[in-house]
Amino acid sequence: MKKVLLVVVALMLTIGLAACGSKNESSNNNGGTTNTGNANTGGAALSGSLLAAGSTALQPLVEQVSKKFMDDSKYSGITVQVQGGGSGTGLTQVSAGQADLGNSDIFAEEKFVDADADKAKELVDHQVAVVAMATVVNKEIAVDSLTKQQLVDIFTGKVTNWKDVGGKDQKITIVNRPSSSGTRKTFEKFALGTKSEDIQGSIQEDSSGTVKKLVAETPGAIGYLALSYLDDTVKTVKYDGVEPKEDNIVSGKYPVWAYEHVYTKGEPNEVAKVFIDYLMSDEIQNADVVELGYIPVGKMQVKRDAAGNITK
Amino acid sequence: MERPAANDKHFVQTANRARKVVKPHLVEEWVGKVYTTLCILVLVVTIGAIVYFVSSRGLTTFFSDGISLSGLLSGLKWDPEGDIPLYGALPFIFGSFSTSLLAALIAAPLGVCAAVFMTQIMPGIGKRILQPVIELLAGIPSVVFGFVGLSVVVPALRAIFPGQGIGIAAGAIVLSLMILPTITTIATDALSGLSAGLKEASYALGATRWQTIYRIVIPTTLPSLLTGVVLGMSRAFGEALAVQMVIGNSPHIPHSLFQSASTLTSVITLDMGNTVMGSAHNNALWSLALILLAMTFVFVFVVRFLERRKNR
Repeated sequence: MKKVLLVVVALMLTIGLAACGSKNESSNNNGGTTNTGNANTGGAALSGSLLAAGSTALQPLVEQVSKKFMDDSKYSGITVQVQGGGSGTGLTQVSAGQADLGNSDIFAEEKFVDADADKAKELVDHQVAVVAMATVVNKEIAVDSLTKQQLVDIFTGKVTNWKDVGGKDQKITIVNRPSSSGTRKTFEKFALGTKSEDIQGSIQEDSSGTVKKLVAETPGAIGYLALSYLDDTVKTVKYDGVEPKEDNIVSGKYPVWAYEHVYTKGEPNEVAKVFIDYLMSDEIQNADVVELGYIPVGKMQVKRDAAGNITK
Repeated sequence: MERPAANDKHFVQTANRARKVVKPHLVEEWVGKVYTTLCILVLVVTIGAIVYFVSSRGLTTFFSDGISLSGLLSGLKWDPEGDIPLYGALPFIFGSFSTSLLAALIAAPLGVCAAVFMTQIMPGIGKRILQPVIELLAGIPSVVFGFVGLSVVVPALRAIFPGQGIGIAAGAIVLSLMILPTITTIATDALSGLSAGLKEASYALGATRWQTIYRIVIPTTLPSLLTGVVLGMSRAFGEALAVQMVIGNSPHIPHSLFQSASTLTSVITLDMGNTVMGSAHNNALWSLALILLAMTFVFVFVVRFLERRKNR
């Protein structure tokens, strides 16, 4: 009796769980493609759901835009769900078909390397905004500008005292990002031109808020932040004498910037396309994008590809 | 039943009645049995699934990425994104053990003394006011502990000791606060469960209260007190967010308690979202998770061992 009961319960559970699993999968697969658009009603009545996941740096923008999007009566049939998780998660999920939109701070070609390189080819890139990073230091530090070489020396551990780069006699504390972070990759690639070392005693934090707090409070600290996080608690340093201002960034004079990407697997389906078009519309690009501290893609006078080559 | 031939008529009647009316307490019995069996099955399936998932991912590192277990456990350099990726997790293992041991060293005397005060010295106030206050600590989210650590503990350490303030000492202090309720609650239960006879005998022999406490009460309940400490340590070992915020996350074995270091959990939370599933870096993080899981098992065995000693 006991054994029979146990077997029955186990079977029920297995079937139940299996059913749940497959249901989730199918709803995810269908999620983006459900399309009951009807030509008779003017073709605007698209309905379906989108799941966007990935980069926490892009998340605030996508979240704010998705709220506006769903409030718009034109798109009332579409629901958009936004999740964080990091660029790697976003790319993994969109590539596996678990998410419809994968948000990333860096090109998919940079994340999917070696054996996974094919996965990047399946993904279609939509560059929705530009984010620039500035070198920041503790407010007590007298240095106003650092050259590329000085930054390289600091971040690779060759220079450990501010007096060697024109400041007071004070130890340098590096506040870096984890080695897998998109922000760090951007900074290494465009500000340093080389990989930085995790030297003994350096600090690593993933969240921009914590980085800002640590740079503001730790004597002799240096770090880097997206422009949207800058305020008077930290001091912004010029790069090779160029100030990290919007004019300098759009003209290509200030090189430390990167695209924010929204990836789709293959060409976007109708629902995803409507959302991406909305995200790229002037209404959003000139308002929400600027308001949240990003730079609209359309303003950029220079373009950059995955290998980092710049074209005018 | 034993004498069916003698009581044949009576037996048949009883059997018939039982077939017609199922007694309510039997139904209850059955429902209870099915319900509890279901619950335990869900738990067993969940635990099995977690162990399977973590091990299958974590072991990939050794089987397909060609990293040796001894290399992972004893390597000193962690640089998964380098030109030659290096996976040495010893700094993290060292960080995890040193922070949780230090936290237990700080919290154990505090927790046990608080329990002694609440049960032996002022049981009235202890039960009504102090115990709820200490248990309140357990309900505070870890991000709050982390933020308090970053805003109070780190600046204080920076002001008193040479160094950056962040590091193993800051992590251990924050963790000790987090595990204090665990240790105190278990110690309080153990102390109040002690039979009054032992204490009375001690008083009858002319021992003072303090002598009774440290000669009789503490030694008799020692296995239970240690169980609390080990459970606290295992919580400290697995805590991620609060530690990540105050420890600095540099992948090196620090030269002092006040220099940036890392734990297993902090490196997992920092990098997991930024890496794509299936990459060598991501798999290595799962291997670290596997080490954590194995350590949890060790802690559970230690607790079981102490329990057995208590019952002897």
